[in-house]
Amino acid sequence: MTAYLLKRLAIALATLLLASMVVFAVLEILPGDPARLMLGLNASADQVELLRNQMGLNAPLAWRYLHWAGGLLSLDFGRSYTYSVPVIDLVRERLAVSLPLALIALALSTIIAIPVGLFSASRRGRAGDTISMGAAQLGVAVPNFWFALMLIYVFAVWLRLVPAGGFSGWSAGIWPALKSLLLPAVALALPQAAILARVTRSALIEVLNEDYIRTARAKGLPYRAVLWRHALRNAMIPVLTILGLQFAFLLAGTIIIENVFYLPGLGRLVFQAITQRDLIVVESVVMLLVAAVIAVNLLVDLSYAVVDPRLRSRQ
Amino acid sequence: MSLLDIENLSLTIGDTPILKGMELSVASGEVMGLVGESGSGKSMTALTVMQLLPHAARATGRVTFDGIDILAATEDQMCALRGDDIGMVFQEPMTALNPVKTIGEQVAEGIRWHTKASRAEAEDRARKMLDRVGLPEAKFPMSRYPHELSGGQRQRVVIAIACALKPKLLIADEPTTALDVVLQAQILDLLRDLVAESRMGLLLISHDLAVVTEMADRITILRRGEVMEAGDTARTLSEQLHPYTRQLAQASMHVPARARPHGIETGRPLLQVEGVTRDYPGRRTSLFKRAPGIRAVDDVSLSMAPGQSVALVGRSGCGKSTLARMILALDRPTSGTISFRGETITGKSEAELKPARRDMQVVFQDPYGSFDPRQKVEKLVAEPLHVLEKKPTRAERREMVAHALHEVGLGISDMDKYPHEFSGGQRQRLSIARAIITRPKLVVADEPVSALDVSIRAQILDLFAELNQKLGIAYLFITHDLTVARAITDEVLVMHDGKIVERGKTSEVLDHPQSEAARALVTAAPDLHRAIARRMQEQG
Repeated sequence: MTAYLLKRLAIALATLLLASMVVFAVLEILPGDPARLMLGLNASADQVELLRNQMGLNAPLAWRYLHWAGGLLSLDFGRSYTYSVPVIDLVRERLAVSLPLALIALALSTIIAIPVGLFSASRRGRAGDTISMGAAQLGVAVPNFWFALMLIYVFAVWLRLVPAGGFSGWSAGIWPALKSLLLPAVALALPQAAILARVTRSALIEVLNEDYIRTARAKGLPYRAVLWRHALRNAMIPVLTILGLQFAFLLAGTIIIENVFYLPGLGRLVFQAITQRDLIVVESVVMLLVAAVIAVNLLVDLSYAVVDPRLRSRQ
Repeated sequence: MSLLDIENLSLTIGDTPILKGMELSVASGEVMGLVGESGSGKSMTALTVMQLLPHAARATGRVTFDGIDILAATEDQMCALRGDDIGMVFQEPMTALNPVKTIGEQVAEGIRWHTKASRAEAEDRARKMLDRVGLPEAKFPMSRYPHELSGGQRQRVVIAIACALKPKLLIADEPTTALDVVLQAQILDLLRDLVAESRMGLLLISHDLAVVTEMADRITILRRGEVMEAGDTARTLSEQLHPYTRQLAQASMHVPARARPHGIETGRPLLQVEGVTRDYPGRRTSLFKRAPGIRAVDDVSLSMAPGQSVALVGRSGCGKSTLARMILALDRPTSGTISFRGETITGKSEAELKPARRDMQVVFQDPYGSFDPRQKVEKLVAEPLHVLEKKPTRAERREMVAHALHEVGLGISDMDKYPHEFSGGQRQRLSIARAIITRPKLVVADEPVSALDVSIRAQILDLFAELNQKLGIAYLFITHDLTVARAITDEVLVMHDGKIVERGKTSEVLDHPQSEAARALVTAAPDLHRAIARRMQEQG
């Protein structure tokens, strides 16, 4: 187990290092001079040169990489060109929206998907299976912004249960903040749940054909107990893999939903930073996301070992 | 009245009739042997009693267990019976246990479920049961996972699960078919003891007449869902009144007619293995430590002449498959050399091995697992042709496949079918066709008939013998089944713990084994003649 853990950790760190180099290099290659952008079109070449020196843009590439990477380690991401505030503050503000949103959406998706998957798999080929998998198909196919609009129409405009958009901030209390995240989380969760339910179903169907399911039945366990106690855990590996991928997506791939609901999330920050060539912000957020994805993958790898004892004893 | 009574049971799955007017009974303390070939409905009989049939199955007739009408019982009633009054052991121990739960959990689970005992009580009983089936605490703590146990040990766990609550009836469906003969003898002994201890009824399902004869008081012979003959084991098998009983008995002792091997002494050997050793590094226990390595094959030397048929026998895990893999150049020896047709094949690159690959082919045990289910027979059988010097045209390829199919007794029309359209025996014919399509000099066959029914097995052995005569192919049979070795090989090598401990003419080694390993194999091997004689003697 220790060997497995150490190996995964080493792989994660190496990936992070490599990713940081790639992110840095790509943004170096991209056209557009941040100093010129900041100073506007009317600035003279001398002024631009001065600012470039100030920003350290004229230093050698390796030095700049080390400086940047060292900053990352101490959570010093530099200052945003456009907002003129430390990037870390920007990111922290946006994460306060995006992270809870992602977690709520992920939790909702899991809570919906696993029971639906179990239900479908245990009624394979029968009406219940056909109906729930049809619904899942619909969930995958319907764009989430359309779904978001329907949610706003029903729950915000018609029933007036939650706000139609905007984010009140956590300082105004947890409940109002949660309320404004609820609809976007549902809109994000449903397509994810649809995918996850299908994965759960097919993983379960495979497991249900295994001999040990028959052994468990021969012990006298009712079908439902066999499903929950024996089948589900064995079907978890593909489900965990998909969950990990979904979390990474939910953290930053939510720009459309953020726009629909006027949420100040990470997705919008990246989008704005890219259009304004605020490279420091882009670099930082991308690195942050890379780190998050790697961390989630590490977590998924470790959860494999928790689920499956055979992985613990392998290298 | 008996413990279990099956009267006029008919079963259909969808539109396919499985059982027709089946009759069978098991009394307390009695062993009933249910014998038949695959597809005869043996397993479905067991699953009917357990009510674990597929959804589309419809059963009519009467099944009474301990006064309970099984066919009319509700699912709740059945759950109360299963695992408590009726236990069941299955064929494939490698997959019968849940890989993510400890053996302790899995044995205790049924106990807790049925007796509502506390976790500690259930675990205590589970521990005692594991001790009883020969898995003592010191070596097999409850926290072991199935993958840490061997096949035989896993089957003991399955038996512990089935017998944990002292069932009145135990159904064992091919409980030893996947095990080597020595393990088989141990598991059969265990079952026999458990029956004697608690006057449990045992319904023993097997395709192996010798095993059933050794175990069963009475026997029921099933064919295509119908009972052919039933009665006292010794009498039924010694008189062999029913033609099908006779056919089964003969098939299980079948020895193919083979002319004496020709020209063995002449010329250079086809295969020469010299001082071959294969080490596997131990598992890494932490970053810096490794468990001691395993020497799977230890300084083995052997030689085979062209056209010779040799058996490599030994128990599971003795290294025989590793040795075979090295001979086939699928694995590299740690030391030693292997030469084939006078050329060294160890350490050669894949490209250099191509000519050798043409001349050596392999037949695997599992005719189900060794074919891609999505490809047609033509493509599957033609697979080895890529090692030919010149790529055959499509027409040539079809011609060669047709010829190979013809040689193994299949038709040309079979070329466009998929593997699932064939029976187990036919699929093994397909693997043989695939092996001989390049006209090899050597075929390595790893347990080629152990997954087959006796009559099919007799046919496949005949086919091997015929091809040996006709095409002069040399065989290396890897098997733990001595009847196969006896039936079809000239020479036998006995392997134990990676070493070859005995070698000689097949009949000599099997009749007068010298080494302990060979003796263990010979004594454990079920033998129909011997079993009948013993039964007759016991009954006077």
